Amino acid sequence: MRRFFLIAIPYGWLLVLFLIPFVIVLKISLSDTELAIPPYTPTLDLSQGWSGIREFFAGLDLENFVWLTEDDLYWKAYLSSLWIATISTLLTLMIGYPMAYAMARSPEQWRTTLMMLVILPFWTSFLIRVYAWMGILSQEGFLNQFLLWIGVIDTPLTILNTNTAVYIGIVYTYLPFMILPIYAALDRLDGSLIEAAEDLGCSRLMAFWLVTLPLSRPGVIAGCFLVFIPALGEFVIPSLLGGSGTLMIGKVLWEEFFSNRDWPVASAVAVVLLLILVIPIVLFQRNQQKQQEAEQ
Amino acid sequence: MDASPLAPWEDPRAQPLIRFRNVTKSFGAFTAIDDLSLDIFEKEFFALLGPSGCGKTTMMRMLAGFEAPSSGVIELAGQDIAPVPPNQRAVNMMFQSYALFPHLSIWDNIAFGLKRDKMPKHDLNERVEAMLKLTRLEQFASRKPHQISGGQRQRVALARSLAKAPKLLLLDEPLGALDKKLRQDTQFELMDIQETTGTTFVIVTHDQEEAMTVASRVAVMDHGRIIQADTPDRIYETPNSVYVADFIGDVNIIQGKANSGEGEGYRIFWSEGQPPLQASSSTDLSTGQSCSLAIRPEKVAISAERPEEAANAVQGKVLDIAYLGNLSTYHVELPNGLVIKAQTANTRRISRRSFTWEDPVWLSWTATAGVLLAN
Amino acid sequence: MTRLSWFNVVSLTLGFAFLYLPMVILILFSFNESKLVTVWAGFSTKWYGELLQNEAFLDAAWVTLRVAVFSSTIATVLGTMAAYVLVRGGRFFGRTLFSGMIYAPLVMPEVITGLSLLLLFIGIGLDRGIFTIVLAHTTFSMCYVSVVVSSRLVTFDRSLEEAALDLGCSPAEAFRLVTLPIIAPAVISGWLLAFTLSLDDLVIASFTSGPSSTTLPIKIFSSVRLGVSPEINALSTLMIAIVAVGVIIASLATKRAALQRQREERLAVQT
Repeated sequence: MRRFFLIAIPYGWLLVLFLIPFVIVLKISLSDTELAIPPYTPTLDLSQGWSGIREFFAGLDLENFVWLTEDDLYWKAYLSSLWIATISTLLTLMIGYPMAYAMARSPEQWRTTLMMLVILPFWTSFLIRVYAWMGILSQEGFLNQFLLWIGVIDTPLTILNTNTAVYIGIVYTYLPFMILPIYAALDRLDGSLIEAAEDLGCSRLMAFWLVTLPLSRPGVIAGCFLVFIPALGEFVIPSLLGGSGTLMIGKVLWEEFFSNRDWPVASAVAVVLLLILVIPIVLFQRNQQKQQEAEQ
Repeated sequence: MDASPLAPWEDPRAQPLIRFRNVTKSFGAFTAIDDLSLDIFEKEFFALLGPSGCGKTTMMRMLAGFEAPSSGVIELAGQDIAPVPPNQRAVNMMFQSYALFPHLSIWDNIAFGLKRDKMPKHDLNERVEAMLKLTRLEQFASRKPHQISGGQRQRVALARSLAKAPKLLLLDEPLGALDKKLRQDTQFELMDIQETTGTTFVIVTHDQEEAMTVASRVAVMDHGRIIQADTPDRIYETPNSVYVADFIGDVNIIQGKANSGEGEGYRIFWSEGQPPLQASSSTDLSTGQSCSLAIRPEKVAISAERPEEAANAVQGKVLDIAYLGNLSTYHVELPNGLVIKAQTANTRRISRRSFTWEDPVWLSWTATAGVLLAN
Repeated sequence: MTRLSWFNVVSLTLGFAFLYLPMVILILFSFNESKLVTVWAGFSTKWYGELLQNEAFLDAAWVTLRVAVFSSTIATVLGTMAAYVLVRGGRFFGRTLFSGMIYAPLVMPEVITGLSLLLLFIGIGLDRGIFTIVLAHTTFSMCYVSVVVSSRLVTFDRSLEEAALDLGCSPAEAFRLVTLPIIAPAVISGWLLAFTLSLDDLVIASFTSGPSSTTLPIKIFSSVRLGVSPEINALSTLMIAIVAVGVIIASLATKRAALQRQREERLAVQT
């Protein structure tokens, strides 16, 4: 009996507050937009009995999904989200890998401190970290002031409200997610493997290429997914740092819902976003599983 | 070389393959190697033996090129190797952890070093096959390191480090990760392979039995110095210090004062009211000098009666008996409290053992049984 | 032991400068006299004063704090239960679905979680307010808690529980007297994680909050959209300071506990 409650309480909570809401999203995405409250039809009317349920199912169609393919705003937003997430993931990797590598190579007694320095920003507010860049990237911001002062540029660059600012924002906020798994992989790496490679005739660079890099690959893959997945559905960064031309699907969904009050289309946007996310999530799971098996 | 091919270290004209000349290595305030000189000759199987932290691993890492000496010179075939980076030395190392590349197959692990030398494809295949054959790993070539047993991994590590046909092979505790039975088998395998390939082996170990079994010469180290470097039998029979005597095998140490008596040898006064012990010695001791007599347990005989004609005989009572199957070690307490170990072969069944606990017994040994060492 | 090569030193220096400079600048300019956030006009703490008189911010902070305390506490209880069920529950009907629902919210975009919960609340006619935000936050942060706790439970030596049962504990007593004290650090860090996630959340709160329940992130977001302001800088500085102090205290406490343990172990070896 006790075991039943132990399972039933969290299970029930998640069913009601996670699974059912998602079924509702799916249902609304198949409904039609109405100027009513709630702003969609059909609504399930159980008082009419069986005919009500039949009517309800008859009213569902894929119209909203067809609409997503017809209006090029949506597929452009999906493509641009994928593009922005990919580019920023690669940028994060380029900055994160050398940092993780240097951390793993640093003296033993520094490592906990360096680790803490990487994790600390994660505990501070995400919103504040994004906000901090607004003052740096604006026309009269610190970056422009600095560049003007050292004489690299004559006129201030427009960075804020462009895709560049979005890249910077994503790299900045998700950098710890990239560093930590790579560091973990590099830290596990047995130093004698590198020595063995050198002993067998490798130069430093060769040993890195042939031994370190392949052995840190699971960490790199994990880090990339940990950045790519949340970046794809990101809302705060494009809305604060991006411009009107920055198309990201999280922002489109938000506007569709709050500004246009088009619930069925917003729901359809959400469903498609999830379908896109399933691929990287499944790949990520498989990478994690493989890594776990290799450790055993 | 031709003068004495079996013992080049006794030939003053022989050219050593490796020469340590006054090498010192310190890490900060810690001195790992202290003004050490040593010659190792071609085709030797040389063992560096000592407790952990004695500097043996540092010596090996200096040979491999992972550490540079703080002062002094290390020569390989007459050339200073300090400026040669590890990847260009004709020296290969077998790591304690084996350091097999987990992402590469056994075949690729063995081929790794050859590929760095840009060996032609055909020769490379042949060489790898030969190595697989030498280490009896043919059927495992395509497996990954985690798919084979510990003993097989050890052989892969050996094959990989031998593949480049190095002038010198370094083995860092090569058998440490294996269980005892497998270790003994592998020791003989190592010796066979060393003989077949004719490579000079330098092995680092803390296991004295292993060093004695495999090596042509053993260097016993302590605190960054070599205490004694000699053949296994001489290390065992004529240790030059209490440290070496104690480190290699089991030993009884009797402290006393030397007195050069009549004839050859010394008389050692070791306990009030006991007759002095007779011992011959190659080292010169002055009268009254404090000294230690080191005697191996198997050289001490145990009997119920005082044996006739024994140069040394003392009485005591049996304190403990350690039964090891083939041997028994008796711990015998002498009147002055000193406990002496005596070992006998169990040629008879245990039920017919002559002594048991608390029995009074006589211990005896000849004048040449022990080694007399100045303190 | 190993000395860092210049390449490693450079990448660490640049990397940490990148991570920390924006926050340093933010903090510096919260003490700026001028309203213009990019021009230094002398030291002043006047923005902190104004912040403390801004009723709207204080109300929002109070709402946020209450939401965070309630949601993280409920999430810790539920998340620990879920972790226990996942690691120790054995087989039961719908286990795969259950573990799927635990891990899915971790990768679910916030906009979707927020949207779906809002549609649920509207569907069942629940008025939006603090209560709905607590429900929403509990749901996604309990998953984080259960991941943290279950990773500890996996490495937990089961024979300790068996020993407790062997010595006469009921399963509930064994959990309370043996398991819970040992996994306590993981439970506490789960609570802290849930708490900061709740403090931090903008998107889900925006969907599930009502007109009378504006949280601090929502308030910050709406004023930040209009541009950078020194008041927000001051607020951010306060929040960063609280987190930094918390993290430093926590890490010092852990370090002290570890040192204490080392000392005790040394003593135990000597005697």
